[in-house]
Amino acid sequence: MHIQVNGEPRQVREEINVTGLLQDLQLNVERVAVEINLEILDQRDFDARMLQEGDRIEIMSFIGGGTSPYL
Amino acid sequence: MHDDRLTIAGREFRSRLWVGTGKYKDFVETKKAIETSGADVVTVAVRRVNITDRNSENLLDYLDPKQYTILPNTAGCYTVEDAVRYARLARAAGVSDLVKLEVIGDERTLFPDTAGLIEAAKILIKEGFVVLPYTNDDPIVAQKLVDIGCPAVMPLAAPIGSGLGIRNPYNLKIILETVKVPVIVDAGVGTASDAALAMEYGADAVLMNTAIAGAQEPIAMAEAMKYAVEAGRLAYKAGRIPRKLYATASSPIEGML
Repeated sequence: MHIQVNGEPRQVREEINVTGLLQDLQLNVERVAVEINLEILDQRDFDARMLQEGDRIEIMSFIGGGTSPYL
Repeated sequence: MHDDRLTIAGREFRSRLWVGTGKYKDFVETKKAIETSGADVVTVAVRRVNITDRNSENLLDYLDPKQYTILPNTAGCYTVEDAVRYARLARAAGVSDLVKLEVIGDERTLFPDTAGLIEAAKILIKEGFVVLPYTNDDPIVAQKLVDIGCPAVMPLAAPIGSGLGIRNPYNLKIILETVKVPVIVDAGVGTASDAALAMEYGADAVLMNTAIAGAQEPIAMAEAMKYAVEAGRLAYKAGRIPRKLYATASSPIEGML
């Protein structure tokens, strides 16, 4: 099915949960925040939350930055 | 200096120098500079994960959240909605409920939108966040932020990244006299004397990024800042002599020929 991850279209298998997506992307589950269709998920819900066709997903983490927009 | 800890919202901090993590050459330099600075609070930005480069490293692989207090910020947010969203994302990423709240008002100056800041702070405090607001050197706004529940305020010394030092020392002194919470001077420091001066005025801490990361030798500047903040703090506690227009001899006249 088709979803959008961090603004980019992406094809994923059916029946995939958030943890599965993060594993496919080789991301450390403990250090990211996930927002689906503008709803921020609790990390404890990553297993239970199944992805749906057309979901718009944002995966956020921490980067270097101080007192200014770091572009 | 070990008994001179800074306490904010029940959390104790050893160092009064807080640092940002942006603009370094790489994570190795970031880590080295932060270690050298002695800082135990480091501020980080929240951004999209790079999902195309699977070898891209994570900042937190270099800065152990057990060793440092990770202070997420809402840098780059120009609206209340964005700042609140980024703060919530930061908390969801699991490091803490602390946030250095920034609602930026204008791209050229990066001055805070203080009306938006107060509004965003109210929302986040209601949600249980510990809000440390990046604010202007305006004593009235600083007091309002305290009144709504901010456990510290972070007035700027000068525009972010400008290196101009403390542009409005009298306002800063008024803030230091009037608010009854820790004051962390955030942004605008250019060199060690700027940091020392802020501490001599009685600031509780200084937060900087560009002054260290942008120096010709960031590691050396990190060390300079460490001593500047310590020296300024010690001088503040020691109590400086008053300024006088005329000389006062330090050697006695008695015993002279």
